[in-house]
Amino acid sequence: MQTFDLEREGLRALNSSLHALKGQTNMTAWEVINPRGAHAIAAGVDAPVDITVRGSTGYYCAGMNKQATIRIKGSAGPGVAENMMSGTVIIDGDASQYAGATGRGGLLVIKGNASSRCGISMKGIDIVVHGNIGHMSAFMAQSGNLVVLGDAGEALGDSLYEARIFVRGKVKSLGADCIEKEMRPEHIALLADLLKRGEADGKARPEEFRRYGSARKLYNFNIDNASSY
Amino acid sequence: MTDFPRTPPRYSATFTPAVNAEIRRAAATGIYDIRGGGTKRHLPHFDDLLFLGASISRYPLEGYREKCATDVWLGTRFARKPIHLEIPITIAGMSFGALSGPAKEALGRGATAAGTSTTTGDGGMTEEERGHSKTLVYQYLPSRYGMNPDDLRRADAIEVVVGQGAKPGGGGMLLGQKISDRVAQMRNLPKGIDQRSACRHPDWTGPDDLEIKIHELREITDWEKPIYVKVGGARPYYDTALAVKAGADVVVVDGMQGGTAATQDVFIEHVGMPILACIPQAVKALQDLGMHRKVQLIVSGGIRSGADVAKALALGADAVAIGTAALIALGDNDPKWEEEYQKLGTTADAYDDWHEGRDPAGITTQDPELYSRFDPILGGRRLKNYLKVMTLEAQTIARACGKSHLHNLEPEDLVSLTIEAAAMAGVPLAGTNWIPGRNGGW
Repeated sequence: MQTFDLEREGLRALNSSLHALKGQTNMTAWEVINPRGAHAIAAGVDAPVDITVRGSTGYYCAGMNKQATIRIKGSAGPGVAENMMSGTVIIDGDASQYAGATGRGGLLVIKGNASSRCGISMKGIDIVVHGNIGHMSAFMAQSGNLVVLGDAGEALGDSLYEARIFVRGKVKSLGADCIEKEMRPEHIALLADLLKRGEADGKARPEEFRRYGSARKLYNFNIDNASSY
Repeated sequence: MTDFPRTPPRYSATFTPAVNAEIRRAAATGIYDIRGGGTKRHLPHFDDLLFLGASISRYPLEGYREKCATDVWLGTRFARKPIHLEIPITIAGMSFGALSGPAKEALGRGATAAGTSTTTGDGGMTEEERGHSKTLVYQYLPSRYGMNPDDLRRADAIEVVVGQGAKPGGGGMLLGQKISDRVAQMRNLPKGIDQRSACRHPDWTGPDDLEIKIHELREITDWEKPIYVKVGGARPYYDTALAVKAGADVVVVDGMQGGTAATQDVFIEHVGMPILACIPQAVKALQDLGMHRKVQLIVSGGIRSGADVAKALALGADAVAIGTAALIALGDNDPKWEEEYQKLGTTADAYDDWHEGRDPAGITTQDPELYSRFDPILGGRRLKNYLKVMTLEAQTIARACGKSHLHNLEPEDLVSLTIEAAAMAGVPLAGTNWIPGRNGGW
């Protein structure tokens, strides 16, 4: 286990060390102590390593992550795991705005609540939120899956493309072009896998969720739909 | 009955035939007019400025014997690997999607041969442009289409796009006709849908967030890459100051003459400011902060000739960017395709329906039949020639003003032909020492 005291050694040294772990390495376990809400912790990692951050993080922790498994033993600031390509990010606490924004792959697990715009413009990432999510989540979400064990705020899935949204609790309102869709067996199977990988299989059953997706009415401009925009 | 002369038909200056035609078009279709390019209205521009040249108080340099350097450094503030270009004329961001793959390749070839950079666009980085561009600037846009850390790292600089001159406050638009299989795959969207890019970044709002975002990009790229911030010409003084505050190495200001692949005509013609009005404000912001020449300024929007380049630099820019002019150099709107332009209901030099993907020149299209007409090697050579001519023209003017480097041009070398341009550019009306709004003058 490599222990890195962020307060003492600084962010640049941390990220520089993590970026140096290209390809195969036997330094696969990292622990970051004293994060004290710093921004861009473990951003841009591209190696199959495990990184545990002991405390809460600022903006863009695990930004653009590839391959790494990053655990935040606290809460995460805005843009956690933004544009993640692959790997896993697990947050024990809550996540602020734009969690998983534009993520293209990998798995983001938020064991607390997520604030507004969770999964905004997501492009293939899977996000599992054990608690609630805020307003405008999955705005313009293109692909991937957003699973919410709690409630969703206003305008869920506004201007949605092909991402799938599963919500167990209440949805305050749906955004433009987002509709409830039938849960078919393949969705139950998909959800069961997501819940398992999201460390939530003991908390909820797939059958308890409702599925939301795009009505695809805004895909090509039509003046008669102008009031929907 | 006396045959009195009749009043001749008189067109309204308000309801012109063109205005009326647009009203009829809107009534018939129910959709606003969408087109490519920049504003077509007449605006105060570089043509309204003149250089004074040398005289008794200043002596010129010999045209073919005395050196007039043209190189420029970009990104010297924070980046570990700043960019050094041979000429201060760069190629502006234009997306693969809006442009064909061969057109992107030609831009890379031409820019590289001329010793300058080219820029990606809203759609990610293609192999064509990376492979053929010695220096490639990677745009970081609100849509984040195709965005990935590998491309970020293999870019030579990063341009955070906040806005563009054709549509400050607007997002991108790529209509279904141009969403081919390859474009759809790169953008992770269904084929054939109208793709409207977001106008705001998904994970930051405001200058304080931007500072943190730039910091993240620097961390991810290990502080190697120059980071540009591009803004549309809306509030250039404050936008430049805020970009500097947020940590930009380079500020790019794009006036309303700057082109777009497609947006609403009403947006292009009625939002933003001409580049002439933007440059002095951006320069003043840099000077007020003590950052002029430390944070570099690139300006764009309607740059056409070496004279325009020289004037932009004299006003305080470090470099310019060209987009529309580069496309014309490649062969866009060439009269040799007139017969086909006529079939599309337009004419050469006026074709702007780039969003429809039927460009006879094969540049603004994803149709294989059309883009196979375009030779990227020839296109690249034409662009190189054009860039070289612009550079020679700018050097000609600079030498006449007694300057051994293009960056030695200064506002004192300029006068204005019109009161409007004098006020905007902050140089005196020709034959006077009057700068409207600045001094008493006469």
